[in-house]
Amino acid sequence: MLELKDVHTYYGNIHALKGISITVNDGEIVTLIGSNGAGKSTTLRTIQGLIRPRSGSIVLDGIALDKVAPHKVAELGVAQSPEGRMIFPRMTVLENLEMGAYARKEKSGFQQDLDRVFSLFPRLKERITQKGGTLSGGEQQMLAMGRALMAHPKILLLDEPSMGLAPILVELIFDTIVAINKEGTTILLVEQNALMALSIANRGYVIQTGEIIMSDSAASLKSNEMVQKAYLGIE
Amino acid sequence: MESIKKKINLRRLGTLAITLYIVFLIGPIAGLDVPAIAAAIKANPLQLVQFLIIGISNGAIIAIIALGYTMVYGIIELINFAHGDVYMIGVFTSLTVLSVTGTLDSKDPVKIILGLILALVIAVAFCAALNASIERLAYRRLRNAPRLAPLISAIGMSFIVENVGLMWAAQAWLVPSFGTTGGASQKVFPDMIGALFKATGFNGGDVNLFASTDIALRLTAKDVLVIVLAVALMIGLYLFVQRTTLGKAMRATAQNRDAAKMLGINIDWVITATFLIGGGLAGAAGLMAGLYNNTAWWFMGFRAGLQSFTAAVLGGIGNITGAMLGGFLIGLLASFSDGYLNARWTNAWVFATLVLILLFRPTGLLGEQTGQKA
Repeated sequence: MLELKDVHTYYGNIHALKGISITVNDGEIVTLIGSNGAGKSTTLRTIQGLIRPRSGSIVLDGIALDKVAPHKVAELGVAQSPEGRMIFPRMTVLENLEMGAYARKEKSGFQQDLDRVFSLFPRLKERITQKGGTLSGGEQQMLAMGRALMAHPKILLLDEPSMGLAPILVELIFDTIVAINKEGTTILLVEQNALMALSIANRGYVIQTGEIIMSDSAASLKSNEMVQKAYLGIE
Repeated sequence: MESIKKKINLRRLGTLAITLYIVFLIGPIAGLDVPAIAAAIKANPLQLVQFLIIGISNGAIIAIIALGYTMVYGIIELINFAHGDVYMIGVFTSLTVLSVTGTLDSKDPVKIILGLILALVIAVAFCAALNASIERLAYRRLRNAPRLAPLISAIGMSFIVENVGLMWAAQAWLVPSFGTTGGASQKVFPDMIGALFKATGFNGGDVNLFASTDIALRLTAKDVLVIVLAVALMIGLYLFVQRTTLGKAMRATAQNRDAAKMLGINIDWVITATFLIGGGLAGAAGLMAGLYNNTAWWFMGFRAGLQSFTAAVLGGIGNITGAMLGGFLIGLLASFSDGYLNARWTNAWVFATLVLILLFRPTGLLGEQTGQKA
């Protein structure tokens, strides 16, 4: 479904991604784990078209994403819950969700998707008229994910959905990710919380200083000695 | 924590004391003579209402121009210095349309009304296109450059547009009343509303609506026109920004450009639309100001721009309601200063008020705290 082939991305002169190749198949949860500054968010930003790769290709269902205008990427079915959530602080919860559906051509499914988001995150429904900036961190994370779902994407990119959340909320968020996936949305999940990520993913990639150093099924990555040492905190 | 707050409060009180001291020191020179003002109000209380009317009319025009500053700043954090000059072009565009269509010499009320509507439409369209072209030409490529670069570029555009106005004001073949003295002098913008009243004979042909009554007030049809048109534009803009998809996309882009991009919003188009709307408003303000003040001058955009920019900052730059509020406040302040203080010191009073308000509310009256991007 989504295929990155030898993608190189630069920030000015800094070589951030040094030839990343990732494949995400239809219906999968694929996770990209790695430490701070390894290039996880850069990978997602590159897929979304916010940064252009200097070389390599990004193909979604046969369409080269790196060749279309950045705002068309969302129209083609890529939605993201970004790092730091990036909700619109002075717009209401409902307006935030409406903006999520901006790229959709058929507006008919809007109400249905809104109901779906509210059934996944009942808390958002209670806060519907509240300004995004007044929500708690967990609620903002739900809003960011809900907003991405409103685009009815083919593939959902999740960037650190567990960051800064209380453990009980982290579990709720991960349960919801599984539920979203079961409803048929393909997911590429970026996480520092490697243990949680690997326990719900089908496959995983390990990224280090801009390079993929390992890729395997989630189960075998979890039992890999090197991964355990570096990312799972198991000695 | 508590003691720091106390310290800040003390410091603010100190600032206030110094400011008040200066106000009372310089105030009398600048016309602040409380007993004299009180006596003037007592002698003629109706005059207060008169200055209120003048203040609101002028404030309405300032507010409409201020909207253009605040919308552009809200979305790309740039002070569009050329904006005041786009407004000046609006004055000249409408004057030229009125002249070319023969409306200026017309005695036919229908023709005058049609001419005015045409002038409004063309001034709005032309200024919208001009403002968007300025963005395309001078700002877009500098969007990711250091902040000073587009600022200097904006000042440059301001000079260029001013010189276009200077040349325009010399084209007597377009508007015969420009004369042969060149473009530098102030030109007359004929009183079309007065002409309309004379043509219809409505209200005895007098533009002052209180002319035939005993009330010693001057509320002209021009005041009513300016206020009604301005308020209609404000309501329209507010609904547009709150309700429509493009309006929401504008707010989203202003609040978080990267997130807006991710959601598939075409940032370039949203910014162009913002400049189109701001320019269109400036064009409408141009016609309103021409009809109201009856002058057209190539340099008029500078002062109007300064006042409107002040209004935008006073209300909280980036905030649309704030710009409207700031515009009316500055109009009223200027009118009362002209009337009761000292007209020569009006700008000083306006800016002193701005300084005082910013000392206590650095984000402006309705400005929101920045940095709440959670």
